[in-house]
Amino acid sequence: MNFTDTLQFAFGSLRGSPTRTLLMMLAMSIGVAAVVVLTALGEGARLYVINQFASLGTNLVIVLPGRTETAGIGPGMLLGQIPREISLDDAEALLRSRAVRRIAPLTVGSASLSRGALNREVVVLGSTSDLLEVRHMNIGIGKFLPAGDIHESASVCVLGEQMKNELFGNEQAVGQWVRLGDRRFRVIGVLASQGESMGMRTDELVIVPVASAHQLFNTSGLFRILVEAKNRESIEDAKHDAEQIMFQRHSGEKDVTVITQDAVLATFDRILTALTMAVGGIAAISLAVAGVLIMNVMLIAVAQRVKEIGLLKALGAPGKQIRMLFFAEAALLSTVGSIAGLALGYGGSMVIAHIYPSLPVSPPWWAVLAACGTALGTGILFSVWPARRAARLDPVAALAGR
Amino acid sequence: MIELQNVCRTFTVGDQQVAALRDINLRLDTSEYVSIMGPSGSGKSTLLNLLGLLDRPSSGTYLLDDGNVTDLSDEQQAQVRREKIGFVFQSFHLVPRLTAAQNVELPMILAGIPAEERKARVQVLMQNYGLAARADHRPDQLSGGQRQRVAIARATVMNPSVLLADEPTGNLDRHTGWEVLQLLEGLMERGITLVVVTHDAEIGARARRQIHMLDGRILSDEQHEK
Repeated sequence: MNFTDTLQFAFGSLRGSPTRTLLMMLAMSIGVAAVVVLTALGEGARLYVINQFASLGTNLVIVLPGRTETAGIGPGMLLGQIPREISLDDAEALLRSRAVRRIAPLTVGSASLSRGALNREVVVLGSTSDLLEVRHMNIGIGKFLPAGDIHESASVCVLGEQMKNELFGNEQAVGQWVRLGDRRFRVIGVLASQGESMGMRTDELVIVPVASAHQLFNTSGLFRILVEAKNRESIEDAKHDAEQIMFQRHSGEKDVTVITQDAVLATFDRILTALTMAVGGIAAISLAVAGVLIMNVMLIAVAQRVKEIGLLKALGAPGKQIRMLFFAEAALLSTVGSIAGLALGYGGSMVIAHIYPSLPVSPPWWAVLAACGTALGTGILFSVWPARRAARLDPVAALAGR
Repeated sequence: MIELQNVCRTFTVGDQQVAALRDINLRLDTSEYVSIMGPSGSGKSTLLNLLGLLDRPSSGTYLLDDGNVTDLSDEQQAQVRREKIGFVFQSFHLVPRLTAAQNVELPMILAGIPAEERKARVQVLMQNYGLAARADHRPDQLSGGQRQRVAIARATVMNPSVLLADEPTGNLDRHTGWEVLQLLEGLMERGITLVVVTHDAEIGARARRQIHMLDGRILSDEQHEK
């Protein structure tokens, strides 16, 4: 009996009992669809987080004051010292590293922003002209902070989209004066609306030169320094250089923490990939359940078709061939069930993507392969026993329907 | 040519040994027409199953066309059944989801014969047996006589040397039964050994050689001249 005939015969016997076939296929396809949809969700979450990080900037190294000690209490702590702050000169010094392309020092505070009678409490970001590039921001109208001496406290500011709308409405904002805390600032630009990224709404920000922010809040330290490495390969060098430079400038004390965006990203990536696989694994259990169902139904089918099996034996089919016929049935069922399940799963993913447009839902290829593989595998595996039972039937008893 | 030498077949029922066939010695020549008669439980069906290699003797030897087929493996026995033996059953045993033509085609599919040749042979056979108009009907759309003719076509499509019929007219009315028997008897001209098992003395009497069985033994083995 050749391959095509085997498949055709199996197909015929599947079509001979449509209800049974449909139910088994349904179980199989629900299993596959579950794997596809759930891994698509997990992968979507992973891509969402990665995109969020990417919108922060690329090849970033972040320097923050203080050191997280995991190896006990540092000597400074015992003396009641607070970590030394990072100064603007420290930030400038980082540019000495050849691995660093540009830096953006950051100071954060809150102040009241007012224009005439309108008054609002806002988050003020003190930085330099390079922040625009480093943080991948976009300017809407006017200009961003001017380049030049980092210590110069020019009285200019850039408003977030929402701030501009609240203070100026439809009026022209660029060139106008606003009051921020106890100082007057001239608006030189408005940021393009960007929405939320990593919990910070750039639309609600006011950005001023870092020296002006220091005067405004009466500090001299930096909240953190964003360092952009030349390229992906030089991230580690940039991190190492930043640590060295800060170490030298802080008289041999390691009192800053340098983290790379990559390290954080890699951690998230690992966690979320593990999550996707776990969820996919749980969904795969439903495939195993579908496999058991197929076994159950096939055992019933063997009992129901005992006369047919007897006849096939009488007509000269050896046990091996009978087994192949049942395998072929299981394989066909699993294949068609997988295809239906894939369609169902991709359909479901598209519906989810439609409902949550911000979530990049797409089933990962490995999950799709694994789902189909598991479906085929369980289908055939669980047909082994029924097929053997059919193959071993005594032809005389089978023909008599016993 | 078939030869059984000292064949016994015992079944174990509960803790008892029941002998269905006791020491059977039988020789059937090519183109013989043999009827096996006897009451139910006399062992005639067991004998037929042994002849058809559906069952194995508990002891003794079975020679088919001078080859010993007693201890062949499952696969080898299946091959012998495929190539040398045709079965006709009382209840037809047609596959209900297949058409008449597909049922006839089935043994050739199992034998791996190419599709074109299968179609050609089925067509010729359906024509010969007066089933051409019914080729695309399913068994439940056929009359009893037609069903048995489809079954005979299926049994002979591989040109077997032995045709084993177990009560071939049991489910048919008298008239159709005679027609089916005539069809079977016509096959002997092609050199087929025909073995018909029946408990109907009238049908058994049509055969030239008549074997009567009782309690697993051959009671009489007579040649009748027509």
